[in-house]
Amino acid sequence: MTTTAQYNFAYLDEQTKRMIRRAILKAIAIPGYQVPFSSREMPMPYGWGTGGVQVTASIIGPSDVLKVIDQGADDTTNAVSIRAFFAKVAQVQTTTHTGEATIIQTRHRIPERVLGQGQILVYQVPIPEPLRFLEPRETETRKMHALEEYGLMHVKLYEDIARHGRIATTYAYPVKVEGRYVMDPSPTPKFDNPKMHMSEALQLFGAGREHRIYAVPPHTEVVSLDFEDHPFAIQHFEEPCALCGAEQVYLDEVILDDRGGHMYVCSDTDNCESRRAEGHRGALAGHAVEAAE
Amino acid sequence: MYVAVKGGEAAIANAHALLADRRRGDRSVPALRLDQIMEQLGLAVDRAMGEGSLYDRELAALALVQARGDLIEAIFLVRAYRTTLPRFGYSKPVDTGAMLIERRISATFKDLPGGQMLGPTFDYTHRLLDPTIVSDEVPAPVTREAEAAQAPRVTDLLGRQGLMEPDGETDPDREVGDLTREPLDFPLDRDLRLQALARGDEGFLLALGYSTQRGYGRSHPFVGEIRIGEVAVEFDVPELGFAVSLGRIRVTECQMVNQFKGSAKVPPQFTRGYGLVFGQAERKAMAMSLVDRALRAKEFGEDVVAPAQDEEFVISHSDNVQATGFVEHLKLPHYVDFQAELDLIRRMRAEHEAAELKEAAE
Repeated sequence: MTTTAQYNFAYLDEQTKRMIRRAILKAIAIPGYQVPFSSREMPMPYGWGTGGVQVTASIIGPSDVLKVIDQGADDTTNAVSIRAFFAKVAQVQTTTHTGEATIIQTRHRIPERVLGQGQILVYQVPIPEPLRFLEPRETETRKMHALEEYGLMHVKLYEDIARHGRIATTYAYPVKVEGRYVMDPSPTPKFDNPKMHMSEALQLFGAGREHRIYAVPPHTEVVSLDFEDHPFAIQHFEEPCALCGAEQVYLDEVILDDRGGHMYVCSDTDNCESRRAEGHRGALAGHAVEAAE
Repeated sequence: MYVAVKGGEAAIANAHALLADRRRGDRSVPALRLDQIMEQLGLAVDRAMGEGSLYDRELAALALVQARGDLIEAIFLVRAYRTTLPRFGYSKPVDTGAMLIERRISATFKDLPGGQMLGPTFDYTHRLLDPTIVSDEVPAPVTREAEAAQAPRVTDLLGRQGLMEPDGETDPDREVGDLTREPLDFPLDRDLRLQALARGDEGFLLALGYSTQRGYGRSHPFVGEIRIGEVAVEFDVPELGFAVSLGRIRVTECQMVNQFKGSAKVPPQFTRGYGLVFGQAERKAMAMSLVDRALRAKEFGEDVVAPAQDEEFVISHSDNVQATGFVEHLKLPHYVDFQAELDLIRRMRAEHEAAELKEAAE
């Protein structure tokens, strides 16, 4: 029987890492441009973060500190699984604290805490092509990007306004990077779009199943598409986080009973915990939570 | 009231322990041995090898057991292992004309050099459940000495008369494409397309092939030949300056012969649809050759009107490891995005209600 116990540092062989790093460098050189790369089968399914995992595996070194989040939380099952994967195959230090991490792999959120120089945010991307649902053919969308022909996207947003009175895209909201490429920010809520703009951190996007890598280098202009009379606006929540009292953060709605009772809590669990450690208290913190334990 | 979803790690470990338990099942029943799987579930092993793109019966059998018999899961296991293997180089094209044949049939000629051989086929069996097979008593098959006769491929026989399109000339210096090393770039050359089809999902290709028979991109196919048997794999070793044999593999080859009326440049002749799959996988090889021919529509100036003729559609969706991953990823939490949609729909409903009230007041 062939032995399968031996794997290289961070799972991927060095040749594959080099190939992926080249794609990453190209992506950084052309912000927002989708670079094809020869995606590998990973030991987790396509669609479950293989692109992000391959990017992380290619850039991670023994001294890195890794944080993995899914839906903003460190303890969702897939984030736990990916973090455990790197702890096993790369023996790197992991953390849940945004500030301590050198690499943060994420699905669907950008942390609330502003990222700084030297940090890398790795996004897991399901469909990298922002024009895909307008034009299913790669051969066509590639041409549209080459010719900077983004009229179709504006028509889509306009049709939203005509039909719904507003732009009805709430996540994966298209952005224009450095005035050139229209890019899919991955299915993050549009709430997070402004965080991408002029970020000090390097943002890398990996789409494993679709064989694409793209990037937003630090200090890069990222503008959400909109119209003068319908300017881009992010979501606002009516109430603060019930646990830490935070406002101006993205919240998850938690259903408490079958009579419409609900509460809002931070989607970013690290941010919520840090605030509570600092003594912030929301409406349901303290009593209700302790009662549950 | 609110308990954060903590303890993911413990939950995952417990779930996997339960999975291991369920996989093993009742401990009073002996555990399956891999040789039992290889010997008695050979076609499942072949499918895991074929779509897993790794010729290793033992690993495929292990994958099947580990996957509890779930074929796509087994294929995934094989693929995830295969991708970690180093690439030494590319073998020479296998010569299926020199195959050690176990089964060989042609639907286009009653008899032909090398003869027709049914081999181990389900064809013409009556599909009646047979409880007696659980015993060990199966009579030995009838055998006879193999004849030394050559069995040239039907397509070569037709080709000599100019009735069949030639196999196509390729520049000998041209490097063969490799879809596992380079990202796919549409439109594809036929080598990459055939690679994708060879590892493509049997069910998907079967349905697409079937659709061409029902008029969605009809290609008037005949089974020129199906042959199953062993072929030698040879590898050019640069240091030696000649090819060495790496061993023999069992493959299934299907060549469809399809109608073609000819064009201004080309006289009327038959065209090919090609299928080649690891192991004994006749349905897959046939479906593959139907789809291959359908995907050559543009080459022959045919109208691309049906799904099976649409290269980007077919090849982008034929890989079951990709497909199952993305379909099943819908199980992952999406509550951040769902929250965004909830927020939007509530706002839109509130506006709708306000408009209705206003209308009623007026």
